Amino acid sequence: MPENFRLDKGGLINRNKKISFTFNGKKYFGYEGDTLASALLANGVHLVGRSFKYHRPRGFFGAGVDEPYAIVQMNRNNEVDPNVRATEQELFEGLEAKSVNCWPNVDFDIGAINNFLNKFFPAGFYYKTFMWPKSFWYKIYEPIIRKAAGFGAASIKHDKERYEHKYEYCDLLIAGSGPSGLASAYAAAQNGARVILAEDKSRFGGSLLTSDVTIGNQSGQEWAEKIISELKSMPNVVVKNRSQVFGYYDHNMLVMSERVSDHLPKTDKYIPKQRLWYIRAKEVVISSGSIERPLVFGNNDAPGVMLSSAAKEYLKIYGVLVGKKPIIFTNNDSGYETAIEFKKNGIDPIILDTRKKASSEIIKEAKELNINIKFSYVVVAAKGYKKVNSADIARISDDKKNLSNIENIKCDCICVSGFWTPSIHLASQSGNKTKFNEEIDAFIPSQSKQKETTLGAANGVFTLEETLKTSFEKGSELSKQITNKENKVSVPTIVEKKSSSHDKFWCVPLPEGKNYKRFLDFQNDVAVSDIQLALREGYRSIEHVKRYTTLGMATDQGKTSNLNGLQLVSDVENKVVPQVGHTTFRPPYTPVSIGAIVGREVGKHSKPTRKSPMHYWHEKNNAVFVDAGVWLRPRYYKQGNENLFEASKREAKNVRQNVGVCDVTTLGKIDIKGPDAAEFLNRVYTNAWLKLPIGKARYGVMLREDGIVMDDGTTTRISESHYHMTTTTAQAANVLSHLEYYLQLVWPELNVNVVSSTEQWAGAAIAGPKSREVLQKLFPDLDVSNEGLPFMGYMEGNLFGVHAKIFRISFSGELAYEVNVESDNGNYMWEKILEIGKEFNIQPYGTEALSTLRIEMGHVAGSELDGRTIPYDNSLEGLVSKKKDFIGKRSLRKSAYVEVDRQKIVGVVPLDKKTSIPEGSYIVKDAKAKLPNPKLGHVSASCWSVEYDNPFSLAIIKDGKNMIGQKLFAMSPLKNKTIPVEIVSSHYVDPKGERVRS
Amino acid sequence: MLYILCPHCGLRPQTEFSYGGDATVKRPELNKEISDQDWDNFVYLRKSPRGKHLELWQHISGCRQWIKVERDTLTHEIFTTYKASENT
Ligand SMILES: [Zn+2]
Repeated sequence: MPENFRLDKGGLINRNKKISFTFNGKKYFGYEGDTLASALLANGVHLVGRSFKYHRPRGFFGAGVDEPYAIVQMNRNNEVDPNVRATEQELFEGLEAKSVNCWPNVDFDIGAINNFLNKFFPAGFYYKTFMWPKSFWYKIYEPIIRKAAGFGAASIKHDKERYEHKYEYCDLLIAGSGPSGLASAYAAAQNGARVILAEDKSRFGGSLLTSDVTIGNQSGQEWAEKIISELKSMPNVVVKNRSQVFGYYDHNMLVMSERVSDHLPKTDKYIPKQRLWYIRAKEVVISSGSIERPLVFGNNDAPGVMLSSAAKEYLKIYGVLVGKKPIIFTNNDSGYETAIEFKKNGIDPIILDTRKKASSEIIKEAKELNINIKFSYVVVAAKGYKKVNSADIARISDDKKNLSNIENIKCDCICVSGFWTPSIHLASQSGNKTKFNEEIDAFIPSQSKQKETTLGAANGVFTLEETLKTSFEKGSELSKQITNKENKVSVPTIVEKKSSSHDKFWCVPLPEGKNYKRFLDFQNDVAVSDIQLALREGYRSIEHVKRYTTLGMATDQGKTSNLNGLQLVSDVENKVVPQVGHTTFRPPYTPVSIGAIVGREVGKHSKPTRKSPMHYWHEKNNAVFVDAGVWLRPRYYKQGNENLFEASKREAKNVRQNVGVCDVTTLGKIDIKGPDAAEFLNRVYTNAWLKLPIGKARYGVMLREDGIVMDDGTTTRISESHYHMTTTTAQAANVLSHLEYYLQLVWPELNVNVVSSTEQWAGAAIAGPKSREVLQKLFPDLDVSNEGLPFMGYMEGNLFGVHAKIFRISFSGELAYEVNVESDNGNYMWEKILEIGKEFNIQPYGTEALSTLRIEMGHVAGSELDGRTIPYDNSLEGLVSKKKDFIGKRSLRKSAYVEVDRQKIVGVVPLDKKTSIPEGSYIVKDAKAKLPNPKLGHVSASCWSVEYDNPFSLAIIKDGKNMIGQKLFAMSPLKNKTIPVEIVSSHYVDPKGERVRS
Repeated sequence: MLYILCPHCGLRPQTEFSYGGDATVKRPELNKEISDQDWDNFVYLRKSPRGKHLELWQHISGCRQWIKVERDTLTHEIFTTYKASENT
């Protein structure tokens, strides 16, 4: 039965609700309102992990975000959560956690041998030790390091938890609900400002929960409760606990992570585990408080050594004693507050104060309580491996250089206080030029770059009276500027004990003949000797020292270590701290789970899915879908046991022999109107557009200014000044932006308007020799003969009561039409076409058959118009006007574009007429040439020609014009294939284009 | 994330915009002879200043207007925004 460290009463926990949990497989009990840390400490568990480098035993050092040691792995809701700080994890029934960074277990950790070999793990050990012999790296060093180092193990499964993002706007965002946060929020709320008050912990109030103060006629805690409940009742205020503002970005955009369900046994359905808030605030108040600084002495990392403020918090909030025989080691008055709390709860502490003498109200109270106080005394070294059991203490000389009267005294914990470090992280992230404040030996915010104000302890103000006064004022002032309202708030009377000034001493010298490790960075195991070594080796810049020693680089980002590290560098270097400067603070302030950052954008939600109005018909008719940009398109319609190859061949063949219908809704469509529309098209496309008659379509190619083909498609003149443009599915958005760019910025004098109409129209391509018969039956009143509706003709009609646009255009190379109806009528049209076409053996065809049809016709598409080819490369030079100017024309004169052996599109057929050529294959002259084999070009698209029943590919190769008839090789190093091929014309089927005009 | 004042719509987050590069580049006139050098400079050559930069953004998820934004490339401070038609 473990010893009980829980007091009989006191604390903010709910003693009526007992909670069971397991740690490292062992069952314990705690109470509702506990953290995992407080519950373990109540059970006397101090050993929770191993350190990163030396695998030294680790306990608890803090009670919140600053915790460097107590990182555990959680099993919750059937998911693994690595790297959870036990000091922040709230207890719930059935919680399961275990230690990390120890193997095989926390009590016997094989990595701890590093501790005895620590001579070999000095600063920069990664850089030095594992450099040679090289062969050792893969086989010996790396596997061992991987197994023995690192913290929690991430799950390799898909994370089933739900994470959400939320966007919010406010007048004031206030980060931290301590005295300064509460006061500024209250004052701003009274002025009608929209306020968001964020608190990282589950309880609001910050230091008010543990400090012995009176505000008005209430205790600090009561006052905090009253303010919070008032704020919660106001419609203009959002109050959030368990929410950490972790990043301060440009233009007052802050990001906050809310732990919505982490404190519950499982996440409810439709409720997120965590929620990420993107908050744009007009003003930001940083009220993030301060973190106590450690004192540095021998073995100061042993379990049982912790911050005195943490010991006080465990006592006052959780009713837990971190020890029953405490040493309080302090250089300021804060340690006395902790000692007084121990004493009031029947425990006899001893205070070692580094100062020669000091007097204040707090010290007086401690003396009156008969607490044993030793001035000019220090802890030299903690003793005990898995838990402190005694300490060597000594008298220290006035110049702090010499130790005397070294003696060993029994203890079970050492609570240290080395004064306070303001949490300036958010201010620093915002671009604030921080400054060093000599009085408190720490950096505080100075010149703001963005709209932020730091208040209270985060600003280096450590008295409650001044904090509340300035915070009420600032909250009122900042909000008044926004709301133009002012409701004065009166500052209550405050009673607090005055402190005396702290001692600048923080690092205990080593006694003669002893070589204790004195740690600065507790998570990354950076000791005083490592910094000294780095400096001896010539590192000067604090940024370099940081990277070489890994000081402050662990998951706690050096919240407890940064300032002591700086002090040490400046001491050794004989500089003052402001000259050394601090390393840059970057987001996130505390670790954020990847899941929260990704939010809902996972799996099929990682991009939007667009579906045509005929989608559900496709689904019902066994379509197998393929992603085409953000669209889902039928790739083929499966019949029986067909595979992709068989189905697409059947569909393509049916188009060549009978008639097929294809959903072409996804094509980009742009409506162009205005008196100058023809002139505009004439500048956008490479070919001539001024003389296109009404009711006619034309194929066009558009270039970028650098001469590269941007897109192709047909544009139809609907009426005098109204055109209907189509683009490829993939380029639709780019083309619209491109047109808008020229109309708005380059030729604003052109009177033209463009608007996307892609979603307004559903399209069906009816293709094949029998397509006219189908069309005639669909529109019995129209003359759709070759004369009535010739190739590239356009007319409008009535499709069984539905208005339709009919274009005689063809991508398949067959006689073909495209029918467009309003999207809502898309499925109606589709079903009518299939019903009418039944007697002509109509079949739907997917993108795979569509590709086959266009490839064997030599029609270019995205795989040829790949952002690297000019019109000539695609045999489109006939569409390039010599007479008029257009976008990109001047670039076509570039010398590389007019070389006589310039690349050009060709057809490729395997000599054996059997072996399909993988797309992306190289075309080479000599298959056996020495590597690197000079390539002539690449295969851009491949299909099985249904016309000739053999493989056929398109390729873009050097001097393609003169290559027809040559025997070459297609090589695919990826597929390990070498295929002898013949180069043929890219127009493999119907080279004269008679079918489309038939 | 930047907060950009669209002269047509008001303050909008950066995610609604797409970047369009240097706004001071002027396209050569159509049908006018131009040297290879001048054409190449227009197509390819851009300054990459540290500090103030007049650039184009399109409010693609809003009014779809191209606008000119004067921004500090170092600090991201935005000084002024202009409509496409406005002189800077
Ligand atoms: Zn706009």
